[in-house]
Amino acid sequence: MYNFEFQKPGSIEDAVAALRHEDAMPLGGGQTLLPTMKARLASPTRLVSLGGIPGMKGVSSSGDTLIVKGGTTHAIVAREAGGVFPGLAQLASHIGDAAVRSRGTIGGSLANNDPAACYPAAALGTGATIKTDRREIAADEFFQGMFSTALDEGEIITEVRFPIPQAANYQKFLQPASRFAMVGVFVARFADGVRVAVTGAGNDGVFRWSEAESALSSNFSADALAGLSVSADDMIADIHGSGAYRAHLVKELTGRAVLAAS
Amino acid sequence: MKISMTVNGKEVAREVEDRRLLVDYLRQDLGLTGTHVGCDTSQCGACVVHVDGEPVKACTMLAADAEGAQVKTIEGMAGKDGTLHAIQAAFQEHHGLQCGFCTPGMIMSAAALLKENPKPNEHEIREYLDGNICRCTGYHNIVKAIMAASGQPVAIAAE
Repeated sequence: MYNFEFQKPGSIEDAVAALRHEDAMPLGGGQTLLPTMKARLASPTRLVSLGGIPGMKGVSSSGDTLIVKGGTTHAIVAREAGGVFPGLAQLASHIGDAAVRSRGTIGGSLANNDPAACYPAAALGTGATIKTDRREIAADEFFQGMFSTALDEGEIITEVRFPIPQAANYQKFLQPASRFAMVGVFVARFADGVRVAVTGAGNDGVFRWSEAESALSSNFSADALAGLSVSADDMIADIHGSGAYRAHLVKELTGRAVLAAS
Repeated sequence: MKISMTVNGKEVAREVEDRRLLVDYLRQDLGLTGTHVGCDTSQCGACVVHVDGEPVKACTMLAADAEGAQVKTIEGMAGKDGTLHAIQAAFQEHHGLQCGFCTPGMIMSAAALLKENPKPNEHEIREYLDGNICRCTGYHNIVKAIMAASGQPVAIAAE
């Protein structure tokens, strides 16, 4: 990888200032960015590690909300979120592998918005709020297509606030080489309705399957999905699976998630 | 830049390039070549070490980001008198290695697993080793070794 200047600021303010430098990039756990830099697909001139900022890690809950700080690793969420939001802990415990989970962070995953990443499905599937150093962004506004988000250059995710569902489950059909989702579906049941978010499948990245949401809101059972389908034309098609294959998986995994959450 | 950390209980400090990977720091700057580089793309797990007690792929962490950390490598597992760690001894006893290239990463991942889950079942062991690739053993004897190291009987079916 090309050389760069490494900085590890001790506060959000200093990190934001360090990121004003041209071609600077924030470094969370580096589990995506460092391999990308080794492949010379990214070559920032300055890397600003967010790992030295106090208060950027941790899981807590307040009323009906689970708060995960932006620099919290998947391993911490897997260990600590289970008491109040088991569906999220279950999702976090199957991201990548154990060593990846020790380093990778929720903020990094959401900011990168990989079309096959797991966390975007949980954020969109619960209607989470993404809090940054300067504002709050609703998940419905945050994800703007593959690798694209509402974040400005140098904007840092400081925490993610998840409304805690009555029941939730994430079903991931593993792409065995990358351990990303071939397709992943997050189903969350709230008092006022059901949300369904799909990752790994859509051409525009994570999306809500609104027909399934309506059907499940009136009848929370896999049978409610019987007459529904998603269009293969809107699905990713690559060497790992066709659009029709992914469209089939979306429905199948939604049904499994509903069963597991029932 | 100057970095300092504790590696296998010893304070070490060196001048490194900002882009120095932790694995190259360990192997080339400190001479701790027990940590292996199998793929350099975060796939194989041969470079797993412990950073502040957690398993980490040393090829996917910057040395500079480990400033102040407690790092443990395979060289830190055996006792000072050379007595093998229980996991190392179990790998030897149960033929958990053939060529040995993946073994340092396997041992470090196994140690992290047993810290988190002292009595894992076979499925949990296999799932935890998802990020460690072995091209010799077919994993069977590795799983047996970890079962044995955790003090559990090694199932007959796995003989």
